[in-house]
Amino acid sequence: MSTVALKPSAPTGGRASKKKTSQGGGIGRYLLIRFLLIIPTIFILVTMVFWLMRATGDPITAALGGRLAPEQLAERIHEAGYDRPILVQYFEYLGQIFTGNFGTTISTNRPVSEILLTYGSATAELVFYALLVALIVGIPLGMVAAYWRDKAPDAFLRVFAILCYATPVFFAGLLLKLVFAVWLKVLPVAGRATTGSELEMGFLPNKTGIYTIDALQTGNPAIFVDVLAHAVLPALALGLLTAGVFLRLVRTNVIGTLGTDYVDAARSRGVNELRLVSKHAYRPALIPIITVIGLQIALLLGGAVLTETTFEWKGLGFILIEFIKARDFVAVQGIVALLAVIVALSNFIVDIIAALIDPRVRY
Amino acid sequence: MTMLIETAPAPKAPLWTRLPVVHQLRQSVGLQRGMLVVGLVITGVFILTAIFAPLLAPYGYSQLRDDSGPFGAQRAPGGEHLLGTTVGGYDVLSRVIWGSQTAITVMVIAIVLSIFAGVALGLVSGYFGGWLDRVLVVICDAVYAFPALLLAIVMGIVISGGRSDLWGGIFAAAISITVVFIPQYFRVIRAETVRIKAEAYVESARVLGASNGRIMFRHVLRNATRTLPLIFTLNASEALLTLAGLGFIGFGIEPSSAAEWGYDLNKSLSDVTSGIWWTSLFPGLAIVLIVLGITLVGESLNDLADPRLRSRRAPGKTTAGVAGTSVVPGGTLNAGPGGIDGLEASSPASDQHPNDDPFEAK
Repeated sequence: MSTVALKPSAPTGGRASKKKTSQGGGIGRYLLIRFLLIIPTIFILVTMVFWLMRATGDPITAALGGRLAPEQLAERIHEAGYDRPILVQYFEYLGQIFTGNFGTTISTNRPVSEILLTYGSATAELVFYALLVALIVGIPLGMVAAYWRDKAPDAFLRVFAILCYATPVFFAGLLLKLVFAVWLKVLPVAGRATTGSELEMGFLPNKTGIYTIDALQTGNPAIFVDVLAHAVLPALALGLLTAGVFLRLVRTNVIGTLGTDYVDAARSRGVNELRLVSKHAYRPALIPIITVIGLQIALLLGGAVLTETTFEWKGLGFILIEFIKARDFVAVQGIVALLAVIVALSNFIVDIIAALIDPRVRY
Repeated sequence: MTMLIETAPAPKAPLWTRLPVVHQLRQSVGLQRGMLVVGLVITGVFILTAIFAPLLAPYGYSQLRDDSGPFGAQRAPGGEHLLGTTVGGYDVLSRVIWGSQTAITVMVIAIVLSIFAGVALGLVSGYFGGWLDRVLVVICDAVYAFPALLLAIVMGIVISGGRSDLWGGIFAAAISITVVFIPQYFRVIRAETVRIKAEAYVESARVLGASNGRIMFRHVLRNATRTLPLIFTLNASEALLTLAGLGFIGFGIEPSSAAEWGYDLNKSLSDVTSGIWWTSLFPGLAIVLIVLGITLVGESLNDLADPRLRSRRAPGKTTAGVAGTSVVPGGTLNAGPGGIDGLEASSPASDQHPNDDPFEAK
């Protein structure tokens, strides 16, 4: 939503441009600067999360307070080093994250990095499918709306886009569940696969955790269909949320390019209308869309937390809520830090793609 | 003007919809006007519902029984309970109505807080520049890139530890949302401030010996707030969704202290599997409708502010000229509580830089 009104001005990019023009560097230099810029982003987010979480007290008291005797509690706190000065703990934490060590959960006593790997693949799978749904739904409909600007299809689609945005992803999920899983009984209610399929995939020698790939590895079409069927509703719920954003974005940009001279020129040469919209007008409108995909990753990850809870999709969001309920803040901190890294990295990748497509972006 | 009558459905609308919107209504045509009017009506209905919730709701939000005994859990719609009862035995209709009060309160608090914080930071940062500016920009960029809901969750943990009473809960939710929005206001105000700082009228104010404070608040701020109404209608809907999201994952306000739609949806999660639809459908629809209403208003304002997107009157009807079709001249959008009247009487904004309209310049 806000992406429409606020075009990020990337003030830091401005500084980079001055350097660049003075030395005339190419895309390599641009990429290097962009890459270096993700370090402060990650650093700030991790720092912020650390201090905010620590403002609530030490994690052990939060998780086990009231359940252990005060002496035992003090002992646990001492063992884990939470009684040391907080600055020491902070630098230690930074060092640990740098080496990929996110700590050990208090409630289940497992390394956070292991949890991130196990559940991260599930979230990645969900976000991928959702993005797919969003693009398949959003882009063509956006072109339709732009072509019939201010006519009935446009009015209908714009309301549809706003509805997509206005519907909380968990409510969309609940409705989809109600209709397709409970009333029509055509799709599964929740989970990532039936227990049978999960068992069979569990025996795979090199499983990825991404069920679509694992199902293919088993070579059993029934499992593959089962996995896909489980993904349909969550992907739809999460995808439609973003589809509205893409629809509007494509519409706005295609309207802009449809009015240009070269589109008129193409039309006068007799290029048919479909080609006119889907090639001539759409291509230049693509760059802002790619940029926005980067911002959408953040929205999708936030939405994934809600979708996963709705559908018991055992991903990072699902487990995050479990840990919040257990008041295991070491785990919460680790998951949030990882998501921050993912967001920063995906923004970086999007920057690269945008720069490769459009040379003007590079300065 | 006949258009003034069309705003009648939302007479009690808070500040932002009062005078600026009248102007946009007159400016809009056709479909855009339709969307704006529908948005205003829906928003107005919800605001009225929130105000008159005690009169409208058949039961209290935490009422479990009346004179004839307990309500009973998960009763189907009809009879005494028009929309049925929840798994916890609350009346769904009453919770939906009371919920609008919570939603609007949180939304208003969140937005007011973030405007104050964001505008102050943006103004100072943009005006003074230097290392503070750079640090703030990097921090805000980082926060902006972060998933809003996750940030709100972290803030929720910090503020309330997850659960709290009515005002504690409302403020926890509002502050969590505020933190998410500050960077947006910061960015916009900062960018405007940096631009306005270089304007001739700021220079001349400085030459005349005006203090930094005076320049910042009288000259820069007055002119930098043009886009704020747009952002905050857009943010209002985001605030509602974040609140619902927080409620849904269990950071909601306890049902005994207030009604909150997200919380109710969370409780209805298991109902859905057994085919009980009324506990989730109605609170959900309430969220969708109010967000839809506010978004329609925000969208329309956004389109009207952008000349590329603004629908034009048929050529024959164009009599208004630039002053009538542009958002900015007359300072309509930066009209404060005084609104247009106040500005036309003694407007430093419009006096100082009549040409400060990016759209006209093109």
